[in-house]
Amino acid sequence: MNETNSLIQIKGLRDGLLVSLDDAPWDEQLAALMSQVDSQPSFFQGARVALDVSSQILHVNDLVELRDKLSDRGIFLWAVISESPTTEQTSQLLGLATRISKPRPEETRTFAVEDLGDETALFLDRTLRSGTRIVFAGHVVVLGDVNPGAEIVAEGNVIIWGRLRGMVHAGSKGDREAVICALDFSPMQLRIADEASAAMDPQTQSKPQIARINEFGSLQAENWSPG
Amino acid sequence: MPAQVITVTSGKGGVGKTTAVANLAVALASNGSKVVCIDGDIGLRNLDVILGLENRIVYDIVDVIEGRCRLKQAMIKDKKLPNLHLIPAAQTRDKNAVSASDMNRLVKDLRSECDFVLIDSPAGIERGFKNAIAPADRVLVVTNPEVSAVRDADRVIGILEAEDKGPGALIINRLNPILVKKQDMLSADDVLDLLAVELIGIVPEDEGVLVGSNRGMPVSADPKSRAGQAFRNIARRLKGEEVPFLDLDSGVSLWERIQKLAGRK
Repeated sequence: MNETNSLIQIKGLRDGLLVSLDDAPWDEQLAALMSQVDSQPSFFQGARVALDVSSQILHVNDLVELRDKLSDRGIFLWAVISESPTTEQTSQLLGLATRISKPRPEETRTFAVEDLGDETALFLDRTLRSGTRIVFAGHVVVLGDVNPGAEIVAEGNVIIWGRLRGMVHAGSKGDREAVICALDFSPMQLRIADEASAAMDPQTQSKPQIARINEFGSLQAENWSPG
Repeated sequence: MPAQVITVTSGKGGVGKTTAVANLAVALASNGSKVVCIDGDIGLRNLDVILGLENRIVYDIVDVIEGRCRLKQAMIKDKKLPNLHLIPAAQTRDKNAVSASDMNRLVKDLRSECDFVLIDSPAGIERGFKNAIAPADRVLVVTNPEVSAVRDADRVIGILEAEDKGPGALIINRLNPILVKKQDMLSADDVLDLLAVELIGIVPEDEGVLVGSNRGMPVSADPKSRAGQAFRNIARRLKGEEVPFLDLDSGVSLWERIQKLAGRK
């Protein structure tokens, strides 16, 4: 039994197990894996498993069989990693992931904050490029530009020390007192609470401006001056 | 010295990625470097056409990856430049035939063989693009001076940063100095202002580029072409030389003179 078990390596990942197989024939691997699982059912019960099959060439039948066997034992197979393009293609066909760990670049980042005090803020010391979406339950401060195609959704105020050319939604949970300000104010779209406004009048000169909901209940931008 | 691996990408299609790869490859190779181009646009291959090597393809990149031929067999030698090679894309397959690790392995084998590996990325930000940037040491982002191309370039630069490939260097392609002067086109400064990355070249709009592409003879081989000159300058910058940017305004006055002459007729 030990001999077959040495074919298999199991590592813990942040969000599940990584099971690595080597290049031995698939039938042997499968049998070894199943006997490993059956010998420690409580360890595997309910696990999220990613399988590294190195250069094994697996077809749909192989993977479906494996997935069914695992799911019979309460194991969820979510990824199959392989050096073989055929196997990668197969796993994609079955809707399995083919890469682990490397999370997609932070295109949408949602930040959870435990204590939602009024003073909770997120400080971003960079330019937000197109495709970036920041969602935050508090204020957001950006030291950099917000490019067209980037979005900020904040429950509090949004302050941009740079150019605002993307979309900003302040007071996203309904705070009508929220404000948005930027050194160069040319947003694609602005929202405060449930009020929205398309691009403000194009500015010939870039001036710091602040946008808020005025007494008539509509969004308005005015020059941003101290006091 | 091991090769420098450079991927040329853009996000938006049709901005001149493939043309840039072909021209840079020719410019680098005529300068004595050993260059291998890889067409990463599997299913929609073009680089072979622009280099004029279409009729010589026997094996392609998928054949190498799937083990039907050796790497050397898939490397097509250029007609005129013996140190320029092309590994063509497969036309009858799609992007799923190749994975990022396949690209890494392939390029690893090439590194000791040449000075530059140039990879032509497909448009978009999906798998083909990810495959193309995976082995890159350096990424060149091609854009045109128009709002949608710049927007896509911004997105691509964001992804490159997130994948630890650095922000990339920018090529502004098809800039028309006359339109810029009339304020009908974004200027290079407008583009740089938004993207805030290193600029490695500005290529003026030039009909010769299209003609050259159709004939399979990239303009960087033509000493008289201004666009060719711009590509040759980029190639020298890739080799680490300091090359001043072309004075496009002098081009304007010349063009304007020609236009005036034409107007008088």
